[in-house]
Amino acid sequence: MDLNFTADELAFRDEVRAFCRSAIPTDIREKLIAGRHPSKDDKVRWTRILAEKGWAVPHWPIEYGGKGWTPVQQYIFGEEVSQTPAPEPAGSGINLVGPVIYTFGSDAQKKYFLPRIVNVDDWWCEGFSEPGAGSDLASLKTRAERKGDHYIVNGQKIWTSLAQYSNWIFCLVRTDPDAKKQRGISFLLIDLKSPGVTVRPIQLFDGYPEVCEVFFDDVRVPVENLVGEENRGWDYAKFVLGNGRVTIACVGLSKERIRRIKELASRTRVGGERLIDKPDFRKKIAAVEVQLKALEMTQLRVVANQSKLEKGTQDPASSILKIKGSEIQQATAELLMDVIGPYALPYQSEEEFQREEPAIGPDWAGPIAPAYFNGRKVPIYSGSDEIQRNIIAKVVLGL
Amino acid sequence: MAPFQEGFLVDLDLSEEQRLLKDGVERLMREHYSFEDRRKYRTEKLGFSEAMWARYAELGLLGLPFAEVHGGLGAGAVETMIVMEAFGQALILEPYFATVILAGGILRHGANEAQKSKLVPAIAEGRMKLAFAYAEPQSRYDLFDVETKAKRDGDGWVLNGTKGLVLHGDVADKIIVSARTAGSAREKDGIGLFLVDANAPGLMRRAYPTQDGLRAAEITLQNVRIAAADVISDPAGAFPIISRVADEAIAALCAEAIGCFAEMHAITVNYLKTRKQFGTTIGSFQVLQHRAVDMFVELEQSRSMATYATMMAGESDVTERERALSAAKAQIGHSSKALGRQAIQLHGGIGMTMEYSIGHYFKHVTMIDASFGDTDHHLQRLASLGGLFGDQAIQR
Repeated sequence: MDLNFTADELAFRDEVRAFCRSAIPTDIREKLIAGRHPSKDDKVRWTRILAEKGWAVPHWPIEYGGKGWTPVQQYIFGEEVSQTPAPEPAGSGINLVGPVIYTFGSDAQKKYFLPRIVNVDDWWCEGFSEPGAGSDLASLKTRAERKGDHYIVNGQKIWTSLAQYSNWIFCLVRTDPDAKKQRGISFLLIDLKSPGVTVRPIQLFDGYPEVCEVFFDDVRVPVENLVGEENRGWDYAKFVLGNGRVTIACVGLSKERIRRIKELASRTRVGGERLIDKPDFRKKIAAVEVQLKALEMTQLRVVANQSKLEKGTQDPASSILKIKGSEIQQATAELLMDVIGPYALPYQSEEEFQREEPAIGPDWAGPIAPAYFNGRKVPIYSGSDEIQRNIIAKVVLGL
Repeated sequence: MAPFQEGFLVDLDLSEEQRLLKDGVERLMREHYSFEDRRKYRTEKLGFSEAMWARYAELGLLGLPFAEVHGGLGAGAVETMIVMEAFGQALILEPYFATVILAGGILRHGANEAQKSKLVPAIAEGRMKLAFAYAEPQSRYDLFDVETKAKRDGDGWVLNGTKGLVLHGDVADKIIVSARTAGSAREKDGIGLFLVDANAPGLMRRAYPTQDGLRAAEITLQNVRIAAADVISDPAGAFPIISRVADEAIAALCAEAIGCFAEMHAITVNYLKTRKQFGTTIGSFQVLQHRAVDMFVELEQSRSMATYATMMAGESDVTERERALSAAKAQIGHSSKALGRQAIQLHGGIGMTMEYSIGHYFKHVTMIDASFGDTDHHLQRLASLGGLFGDQAIQR
């Protein structure tokens, strides 16, 4: 098995890298290097830059704007973009609901929604979890009752990332309350501007209002917004959750963090010498780098295996990617805390950063502790590490 | 409390008085410091509750460790541990640690009779808050890294420099500042302690909130004049006092962290017993049970080390004292990650929210780890002092 890139693949990597470095607006790049969250406008700007290049949805079928790249090229592209560093796509349209629509949606849905996703005319959020349905997603209760040519939707979604930036939500709703859990679920596209919809941001404990509650109070949704077949929504949800699995490891992000750790450690003095020159600290970094390299190689093996898998099915080995990926993200956040030391203490809000208030301590100190706190979500979201382990135990190990 | 004897496990039997103190402060927290109360206190002008500060005075907590002749209760390290644990469990916002443990510690170990008679009653009665400015932008965790200068000026001194990360420096009436009267920037000799009025001409404070809901300040001193009467102890030899107070501070922080860990653990176990998924309470899943047990083990190991720290905070052999306190701080730092992260993880999404309490406890224990030396710093200090066991094996 050859996991080395071919000459063509290396040339492709260089092309992507060069484009990203020159095209990323400096202010966005610096914000991400500093560890701050990109704004809504930042994400839209970057996605539109990619769209102009024809690279907003390279993994989609060519007929909808895809590039027809191989899995390896797809992988290289994803890694290079994240390492720039550049923001993730604006909203959940490009990676989550878009593929559902072009795979299972009606012609009218494809014609209307797909171009609007590519150009970020619509910002989509994901309405899956509920207060009573987290890891046990299939127990969701949000009800969609068919009444003539509309569904009437009542219920509540939670942990909906950036719903306050969004104008559309794709929702798992219960259309048959009498059927067994997974069998009564449908996949519905809902305009967040519909009467009866309330979006309430939830502040995470680091201060960032990253997720929302979304309330549905007798919301009328046209039947045309049902994706695929009624009561087949769970299949489409599995498809959504299986997509983009490879990038969940965030290898590119972690590589950039390691670079940043070394850079900041060389600017930090401890007891008369640079922190980067202390053998203990370098050993700590090396240990994380070993884990990261192993993860990168595992990711390459998963990519190599992708072409052999049935389209849309998820390689259970990709659960390894989430587990180790979240461990490594945690480790890099911790190393950054080691670097900042006591100056992790002062809190400066995002508004203060935007007003360019003078920093307290080193000018890079501000985002470090909030990023460490925010990072506690990684082993929880997108399928908790516990669920990932259950998947491997059951599907891979047959336990 | 029975003295520690090699080979025998100390049973921390509280005296009747200590038991009363514990019951009293725990009741105070139960009745007046729910998480909802705390949210309200944070919105007050100073960022904490002045009413609670008055209650602490009433209960004798503000005068707790000071000598009775100066208006205190003459209590010791165990009493401090009892109070700090209860305060950690409630996650108080008031400047107790800064005023009573830090600045109060400097006064207890370094101030002269005149200074004590003047200041201690004011502190004990809740009329005066203090801060201790020991860190500087470049100093990291080295308390001897002092570049702020104190120059002789007639009878008194003139101070110039910058102090950083001064906990509750924004609200302090007086600030104790470490400044250098002699020697090079990182020398232990030549450091003095100076009592500075917060309104002193030339003193500027930039106040800010901390990650964990408290307040601190960066302080610049420009030709700040100090009278002779406001010099604490030997202006060229105060480092042993600073070092001793730092170790007492570490013991206090360890105790506070235990309160936080105990609360995080209790909340988490309760959540496991009540949260339902997959048709049952999640506490019935063995994997999560083991995680809760792991948290319990961390809590008890840390409690043991906090006790050890309290026992050793007053140890006269400085090397022994520093080994013990470094070991305790390193243990607490380790647990703040192991127990703290698990507490959030076991809650799932809700553990990530600002509204829920767990995240706030996690932020506070993380900030405790970043105070007076993180885990790495203390493992390094312990290692350089020869470790804890079998030190005969290390050839000198």
